[in-house]
Amino acid sequence: MSWLQTIINFDNLGELLQIVVPSLFAGALLGLIAGLIGPMVHARDLAFAVHGTSEISFAGAAIALFLGTSVVAGAVVGSLVAAGVLGLLGVRSKDRNATIGILLPFGLGIGVLFLALYKGRSSNKFGLLTGQIVAVDDSQLLALGIVSLIIVAVLAVIWRPLFFASVDPEVARARGVPVRALSIIFMLVLGLAVAMAVQLVGALLVLSLLITPTSAAAAITVRPLIITVLSVVFAVVAAVGGIVLSLGPGLPISPYVTTVSFLIYLGCRVIGAIRQRRGWSARLA
Amino acid sequence: MINADQINPPKSEAIGPRNRSQHIPAIELRGATLAYGDRELWSELNLQVQPGEFVAVLGPNGAGKTSLLRVLLGQQPLAAGTVAICGRPVRTGSRLIGYVPQEKSIDLHAPLRSRDFVGLGLDGHRWGFTLPSRSRRLRIDSALADVGASAYADAPLSLLSGGERQRLRIAQALITDPRVLLCDEPLISLDLSHQSAVTELISRACRDRGVACLFVTHEINPILPVADRVVYFASGRARIGTPDEVMRTDVLTDLYRAPIEVIRRGDRIVVFGAEDVPHHPHESGEHR
Repeated sequence: MSWLQTIINFDNLGELLQIVVPSLFAGALLGLIAGLIGPMVHARDLAFAVHGTSEISFAGAAIALFLGTSVVAGAVVGSLVAAGVLGLLGVRSKDRNATIGILLPFGLGIGVLFLALYKGRSSNKFGLLTGQIVAVDDSQLLALGIVSLIIVAVLAVIWRPLFFASVDPEVARARGVPVRALSIIFMLVLGLAVAMAVQLVGALLVLSLLITPTSAAAAITVRPLIITVLSVVFAVVAAVGGIVLSLGPGLPISPYVTTVSFLIYLGCRVIGAIRQRRGWSARLA
Repeated sequence: MINADQINPPKSEAIGPRNRSQHIPAIELRGATLAYGDRELWSELNLQVQPGEFVAVLGPNGAGKTSLLRVLLGQQPLAAGTVAICGRPVRTGSRLIGYVPQEKSIDLHAPLRSRDFVGLGLDGHRWGFTLPSRSRRLRIDSALADVGASAYADAPLSLLSGGERQRLRIAQALITDPRVLLCDEPLISLDLSHQSAVTELISRACRDRGVACLFVTHEINPILPVADRVVYFASGRARIGTPDEVMRTDVLTDLYRAPIEVIRRGDRIVVFGAEDVPHHPHESGEHR
């Protein structure tokens, strides 16, 4: 059973928890913004764009690490550049996916290059790809708090027209919704969220917080409000739960975050399949 | 399939504007010319549509049928002439207009229920977010009942048929009590029985509520029984009149400047002659 103890271990959890309180805050905040933004990513079919943005954000962070400047700023700049480009390219997912396919490996390549050139601690390097939330410091937490506030505020204002424009762009345009402007604004908000997530769970695993929780929620309900609430709950549980589980064994948090997220998704798919089999169509007649 | 009593009578608040609009046409184009760059789609169009009138817009691909709707939606400026909705200049997002596009334009990927979808027509354009409210719910319930969609009010959009989704589109367009309803190929990809059901639903709603309806279609026959007038675009011009006045061999031959034959068999019409006469099944790709 020793192999199991190396990955699941609750010894000294109480003491460890106290050390990582800032990290838990960071995880909860990240879960909140990822869970809030997830339903829009889902409605706009932007999963691949999230992945692409996170690789460019990774490149930005890697360059910043090499230059010795702020990794947060580097991740944000990289992310906003990527999101801005994708936002300007418009809403047609066919064109967009090809562009992402072109940008993504380029960003990853740049990131790997600058990590290789970086002579500092190697755990810093690894963290950008796979997460280093345990090492979160006060300034990072403050940055995350401010960015989260911005994201929540912007989303609260644009939420309804953005959802309209996402599911029904033609009628939304006819009703006077500024579809294109909203697309760009949303991509920038998404870029900010991705930049925050990249520093904490790493570029490779952003999808587990931005995509998986919403997909899990969408598997068991079609009510937009409940999807949003569940998506936030699932993302927070995955982020905070992943951190707690990773403490005892002292391993990177990302496998725990992604596994919790994935298990929630599997559970929801099973529930959804059972309901579907029982004739879940909510018809009266 | 649709009973008259499924359509609500016009709301009392609408009587004032309706009385006024007896004199003001719901839609008015004068000397209107539409051009993209040097290419003129149509010119000198004069069209007045009265409240409660159902006008079918016909013509071959690229004749400017959808563009006419875009002009009325304020999305496409005229090269010359004037356009007004209820006596006012057109603008994007006008509350006077309801809009029903093709069935296939709904994104089935997005998770939402029938009532959420119809609710977007009510307040989807407003900033902020929606919190559940009783009055909003009742209004959506009544809009769903008007189009006979109450039975699947809480069903996911993805589980509905094309005809059911078009009913929701109609409810979504009518929920704000518009004065003008613009329909862009709402019958595409529907089967015959749904085509006539959707057509009848739209025409009845328009008549009962005094809504002027402009109905772009290449399916002539489903709309023949309900169309008060026809606007037929071809060769950069338009002929406007009752279906009997326009859907004739001599009139269309003159309009197309090519030999056209219009054959009537009972209450059905078939148009022969023009290369892309307006009811070819492959003609769905007109949109932008």
